[in-house]
Amino acid sequence: MKISIVNGRVLTPFERSAPTDDQHGIRSDLHIADGRVIAIGDQVPGSSSVLPDGWVPDRVIDARGMIITPGLVDLAARLREPGFEYRATLESEMQAALVGGVTALVCPPDTDPPLDEPGLVEMLKHRARGLAGAHLYPLGALTVALQGTVITEMAELAEAGCVGFSQANVAIADSQVLLRALQYAKTFGFQVWLQPQDPCLARGGIVHAGPLASRMGLPGIPVIAETVALQTMLELVRVTQARVHFCRLSSAAGVALVRAAKLEGLPVTCDVSVHHLHVTDQDIGWFDANHRVDPPFRSQRDRDAIRAGLGDGTVDAICSDHTPVDDDAKALPYGEAEPGTTGLELLLPLVLKWATETRTPLARAIATITTGPAAIVGMDRMAGTGAGRLELGSVADLMIFDPDALWTVDRNSLVSQGRHSPFLGYEVAGRVMTTFVAGQPIFERV
Amino acid sequence: MIRRHPQIDGQGRLRHLLSIDGLPKAMIERVLDTASAFLDVSDRTVKKLPLLRGRSVFNLFFENSTRTRTTFEIAAQRLSADVFNLNISASSASKGESLLDTIDNLAAMNADLFVVRHAQSGAPFLIAQHLDHLGKDVHVINAGDGRHEHPTQALLDAYTIRHFKKNFTGLRIALVGDILHSRVARSNIHALTTLGVPDVRAVGPATLLPGGLESMGVRVFHDMREGLRDVDVVIMLRLQNERMRGALLPSAQEYFKHYGLTPEKLAYAAPDAIVMHPGPMNRGVEIDSAVADGPQAVILSQVTFGIAVRMAVLGIIAA
Repeated sequence: MKISIVNGRVLTPFERSAPTDDQHGIRSDLHIADGRVIAIGDQVPGSSSVLPDGWVPDRVIDARGMIITPGLVDLAARLREPGFEYRATLESEMQAALVGGVTALVCPPDTDPPLDEPGLVEMLKHRARGLAGAHLYPLGALTVALQGTVITEMAELAEAGCVGFSQANVAIADSQVLLRALQYAKTFGFQVWLQPQDPCLARGGIVHAGPLASRMGLPGIPVIAETVALQTMLELVRVTQARVHFCRLSSAAGVALVRAAKLEGLPVTCDVSVHHLHVTDQDIGWFDANHRVDPPFRSQRDRDAIRAGLGDGTVDAICSDHTPVDDDAKALPYGEAEPGTTGLELLLPLVLKWATETRTPLARAIATITTGPAAIVGMDRMAGTGAGRLELGSVADLMIFDPDALWTVDRNSLVSQGRHSPFLGYEVAGRVMTTFVAGQPIFERV
Repeated sequence: MIRRHPQIDGQGRLRHLLSIDGLPKAMIERVLDTASAFLDVSDRTVKKLPLLRGRSVFNLFFENSTRTRTTFEIAAQRLSADVFNLNISASSASKGESLLDTIDNLAAMNADLFVVRHAQSGAPFLIAQHLDHLGKDVHVINAGDGRHEHPTQALLDAYTIRHFKKNFTGLRIALVGDILHSRVARSNIHALTTLGVPDVRAVGPATLLPGGLESMGVRVFHDMREGLRDVDVVIMLRLQNERMRGALLPSAQEYFKHYGLTPEKLAYAAPDAIVMHPGPMNRGVEIDSAVADGPQAVILSQVTFGIAVRMAVLGIIAA
């Protein structure tokens, strides 16, 4: 299929050293053939390409007022298959991804059973291929059944398609097992994804340990649960030199530790959940279980430090931490409610909200959900995907969004089966209009 | 997003009683004044008022309690309500029924008021918001939720303090013991600071004091003698059995030595200081019998006032 996208602005995400061109993209047409970007209007640097003679597109999409970017890359989307189909299905969540402009997603291994055997990974990938949606990059379990005792057959799992190994948010209590797991992963050059939270210090905790926890009579998860775990993990990285990606940092002190580790030259990266850029513990209100997440929303000072970490490049990526929870599991007293919020469809608007509030250039903001996460996984080195890239000849995994479109987040406006969010009732800006995977417009908002 | 406290309705009336946190001073004073009028009723030979005649009050105790449930029962009966006691911990919850399913079923029995005790902080909020969302005209009174609040206990404590000390504005008050797990302490802190007590203190070992107490207007003391110096009111808190030995405290004996209220420690307080305890007491753990049975203890007055205060709350909310 040959497609011309005309009248839109093409936005190339950049990290820090950026061209000082128009931050909101360059007014340009973009042309797709055979699943690849074959021409971008000649105003875009390095793209002085010409269309083939006699170019007649099958479709022309008018993107006036819209921005064209690479499809988003989400580092944490729970699709709930296998095992939790009553919460969400691959169909519903893959569709939610497309509606959110996400064309590549990493899913954690905390399914039921966990992704600790190659057969499970192959089945998941097979199911996903049948749905013709976003590219799926599963993380394999680091230990069998995520139990933190026996390491998995990582090499086999990698062959089956795992891009890294993770414990999701189940901590390994035994530091010796963690050391062995990192050594083994390092042997093969695999990346290990760890969510730093000391299981003993976090035991029984529900909300951020602070004045609000005391006031509400809810057991707290102290910041030291994150920093004690991070310190241990960083020591193990120092010894093993294994590549470790830290997931869902939640505290100022956690961001500071990773900043220092990067300065030291340790092979570490990190991400934060998009919700933690906005929400603080003070927003919980009168025990609103929509705010129950893991790790918990922390203080305003922590939130500001996370924003600063994004500003100076300490934090490499923002993810949706998409975790669909069924209504029954949320309609419980706060302490019994299941942690988790929906995220795939809110990733773009909440990143835009952060960018507006902090005056972060749009191209830089978009990098945190495209090139940034793609580089962590190494998607840029993988064939068959345009994840995070928008350049001549790249696979056309793209999306077109309207930065000014306002919409209200409510249960009926979400495609995901996860309908719980701290942002229910909020009006947000930024709506995905079209999502392309391999040159096919497989989602179009009507 | 700022939302109205769910216990106050659109007209500013008290629809539910869920927490002292967020309860205006005038509302607390109204409860105390109303209780004062009801106290006389308890002294009459015929102890009933027709205020809640024909109304159904359901005591929903998801956690065991004898004293609080009984005083609510007596209070509701003195207002002529029909009272139903449900010991849920022994019935539906153990059969796997969800909390809100239980509530829906009981609401369908035309309940007018639920008195709820639950082990989870915030459970009465969930119930009240669920009923409001369904448009049911059912009131909820929090009779203790987890570690969060026990509002009627704080109101009866405030009543007791006002009875013996006349007003709040010059008082020094110490709460002693397991503040961390105490819903009574949280409600008392909010009630006393709202009523204008200038010096509210929390006394206990660091393992039993939650962080951020200062932000609630409380001064923290680890030395009980320091904490009791010149106070007008001592509120002792119950230490649960399961917390006497473990990582929080080494032993009941060591706890009593440092934080048990003995005549010797009480001597640091003002000479006319009163001693309160929400009950049930652990004699020899948090309080010495010489103090519990001594002239400064007003613990049994608290129980008597508790009925009048609960009548006042029921009357204001449901009448």
